[in-house]
Amino acid sequence: MSEEKFQPKIVAFVCNWCTYTGADLAGTSRLKYQPNVRLIRLPCTGRIDPVFIIKAFEKGADGVLVSGCHPGDCHYNLGNLHARRRFILFSELMNYVGIDSSRLHFSWVSASEGKKWVDVINEVIDTVREVGPFKKYQKINKEFVLHE
Amino acid sequence: MNELREKAKELLLNNTVKLIIGYANGNGHNRTYPFIARNAADANRLVFNEYCVNNLAVYLTRKEFKGKGIIGIVAKGCDVKAIIQLIQENQINKDEVYIIGMNCNGAVNQLDNSFEKTTLAQKCINCTVRTPALYHALIGTTKDIEEPADTLGEKIKEVEKLNADSRWDFWEAQFEKCIKCYACRQVCPLCYCEQCIVDKTVPRWIESSAHTRGNFSWNIIRAFHLSGRCIGCGECERVCPMDIPLSMLNRKMSIIAKKEFDYSAGVSLDSPTLVGTYNMKDRQDFIK
Repeated sequence: MSEEKFQPKIVAFVCNWCTYTGADLAGTSRLKYQPNVRLIRLPCTGRIDPVFIIKAFEKGADGVLVSGCHPGDCHYNLGNLHARRRFILFSELMNYVGIDSSRLHFSWVSASEGKKWVDVINEVIDTVREVGPFKKYQKINKEFVLHE
Repeated sequence: MNELREKAKELLLNNTVKLIIGYANGNGHNRTYPFIARNAADANRLVFNEYCVNNLAVYLTRKEFKGKGIIGIVAKGCDVKAIIQLIQENQINKDEVYIIGMNCNGAVNQLDNSFEKTTLAQKCINCTVRTPALYHALIGTTKDIEEPADTLGEKIKEVEKLNADSRWDFWEAQFEKCIKCYACRQVCPLCYCEQCIVDKTVPRWIESSAHTRGNFSWNIIRAFHLSGRCIGCGECERVCPMDIPLSMLNRKMSIIAKKEFDYSAGVSLDSPTLVGTYNMKDRQDFIK
């Protein structure tokens, strides 16, 4: 039997108006992509509190993707622009405390970019598969369960 | 010191201010504690010296004082930065605070229990605001002081040089120590939320038990919430009973804010805050 490939868990926080619809388009267009991703739909990338990303890691995610509308396309005009600024700060901070930037991804995928969504998600899954399971976080997660 | 007392007395007697938040001598000659002067007799107990390390701006957003008339405050340059940041964030009214600015020659950290050995506080190294940037009255004079080398920047660079796993190990060892006393939050002049995210129970975003997992999220989120807001008074690190190097997180965030957005906290009274605004030209090379 061949060695089983590591199947990473990816949590994707996506905005309702662009990326979620884009992912829907990928589905209706019958485009195939790897099934390792769990989509969480939010009204806007501006709604994504960095604490969500940490929570995803706590719940066993190996990688996180945050995706929304392209700048200027936001349904609420400015949500993604505010989010972008926050993500610059947050991704640098995560990198500093040792959460490798290959586990935290950001993308802009519009409602018409079903193909781009497939490419992005495949790329994210492959990158995370390469760095392997997030053992460091899973160790403290496991300890926590015992501690409870 | 007399100058400060005279000024305080004058302000209290002619009702310019309702009360003055300052420092008084504590137990022994080299300890001070925060002190509220409400009348002229109290004003005689006010002191200011190198042991006045506390950042009193934390009291300005307290319910007991906020919106209750003009509050006088004895403030060093760094405390004034916190006050400016609070005004910028619309937490206090510019007209409801009377700043007695102190020309500061550096505050000291006490090293042992006898409180005899001291060293210049980390925040005072390379200080640019020894004369406060904003004040209603200015007291004292600055003189040249001997400054040790800035080791904090070096420590940050050392951690940055490590690979991701080693960085994680470094911070895990630090956060493991956290006992979730929240002293860092209570002492921070800019942690003024009435309900902190860590106190929320439904849903509970941050585990409240003192376990590494919750400690990780707490310390990261605390640093993130202060990014572009921390004025670097170093109080969080000073009060931390477990000696977690919180300044290494806060300083790193201000370095990022400076590098990415050319923004410094506690400088401008009326410009928009760092994360309260955006720029079409913000970097997005990390976004696919």
